[in-house]
Amino acid sequence: MKPKSIAIVGAAETTQLGKLPGQSQIQLHADAALNTLADAGLTPRDIDGIATAGETPVTLAHYLGITPTWVDGTNVGGCSFMLHVRHAAAAINEGLCKTVLITHGESGRSNVGRAPFARAASSLAGQFEAPFGPMGPPTLFTLPVLRYLKRYGVTQEELAMVAVIQREWAAFHPRASYRTPITVDDVLGSDMVAYPFRKLMCCLVTDGGGALILTSAERARDFPQRPVYVLGTGESVETPMVSQMEDFTSSRAFVVSGKKAFAEAGIGTRDVDHLMIYDAFAHLPLFGLEDLGFVERGAAAKFIWERNTAPGGKLPVNTNGGGLSYMHSGMYGMYALQESVRQLRGVSPAQVPGAKISVAHGVGGMFAASGTIVMSNQAP
Amino acid sequence: MPEPKRALPEPTPETAHFWEGTRQGELRLQRCDGCAHVYFPPRPFCPRCAHRSVTVFAASGRATLYSYVIHHRPVPGFTPPYSIAVVELAEGPRMMTNIVGCPQTPEALVLDMPVEVVFEPINDSIALPFFRPVSR
Repeated sequence: MKPKSIAIVGAAETTQLGKLPGQSQIQLHADAALNTLADAGLTPRDIDGIATAGETPVTLAHYLGITPTWVDGTNVGGCSFMLHVRHAAAAINEGLCKTVLITHGESGRSNVGRAPFARAASSLAGQFEAPFGPMGPPTLFTLPVLRYLKRYGVTQEELAMVAVIQREWAAFHPRASYRTPITVDDVLGSDMVAYPFRKLMCCLVTDGGGALILTSAERARDFPQRPVYVLGTGESVETPMVSQMEDFTSSRAFVVSGKKAFAEAGIGTRDVDHLMIYDAFAHLPLFGLEDLGFVERGAAAKFIWERNTAPGGKLPVNTNGGGLSYMHSGMYGMYALQESVRQLRGVSPAQVPGAKISVAHGVGGMFAASGTIVMSNQAP
Repeated sequence: MPEPKRALPEPTPETAHFWEGTRQGELRLQRCDGCAHVYFPPRPFCPRCAHRSVTVFAASGRATLYSYVIHHRPVPGFTPPYSIAVVELAEGPRMMTNIVGCPQTPEALVLDMPVEVVFEPINDSIALPFFRPVSR
């Protein structure tokens, strides 16, 4: 992709975030879509491409009354929306469609109109993981961590500090679920979920949604909001079973996706003003900082402990408070993208002064997949 | 009301030899006849070089504790706290398991400690491979 050939011209979250039993999952998609269309000054008739995960593009198109000429139903977990941005950019550049709507909505907390999670007992994960008692992400996503801590001599206190600093960021955001400051002792004193993970090292479970509208950079100036240009994109997948990750101290999908995105954007880590790393659990920012090359192997925990990613630090990370404090409906990637867009529009409640380049890095499944989007507010 | 039971595997044609093995007290892996790569989980070709000729063999059952969590919440068929672990087999591949025969505590579950396979019949058709510490 040619950097800055595509722009994000619409971005919004659902009207409310949190506990929303009054709305089904598809309605959360629609609420996010309608807010985003309004943000971009468009109607559903103006949309000719749609991409979504969690619901099918068919359901979305019908519900919103859209007749698309391009659809993408890629679902590799919570980073699917990063992949949608990448695929949409390619499709628009190829002339397959002009204006793409990407939606996310999830009744993760209230479970209204949400299909139940089902894993076949005959799948590889059903045969070689499920019999040993995992219960969702808190027991699977966390599995590599003791190996990581041992290899690099990282302490549980340092792991806890990730949650502490993200709470500091969340305090700026009126819409964040948790805003009250916490300490390392609070984190280490919270309920044990799956050793070494305590409750405050695990993400929230909430309801909500978000959506984006993408079009060509040439058309971007005709829209009411400040355009956010796509500089570079990356994606990859590794394994549906966390037990089969190649390296328990690094995500291959992170490395591959990140390299692609930075190379395409033609930038290095030093050019990045603002960074979002999908944080379903406190170790994700450690893996992300190292796998994207922001710090040396094993150095991320110290980097965070020394407040480099905190308010006032040299590399603001997860400035909405992340999945740990802002919101986490299950497929959090959309909210990371939303905060990157807010930062580059200059309207985040936790605004990084003068931010020009933002990176949103997502994970899907339990280190199963990854997508990376590099964005800029500087016109081509 | 019967107690809820743990999730059980449903073998496929490509994995049947593995589950047949655990019933017979063998931990079966596969080795590529082309590049000698030993791999898991089962499939009838080599995931490294795509060679279709592979040999099933019985592994030693020796391993080391690679990583784990200790789950503190209830799951059907389990009494918390219990370990969900990944062991690294002497032959190379890693697999998920439970560590049995020792307290389910960080003090007893030390990374890199040697463990060995034990097979626990769950019903007439399925025996699960667990691992226990090896006394030195």
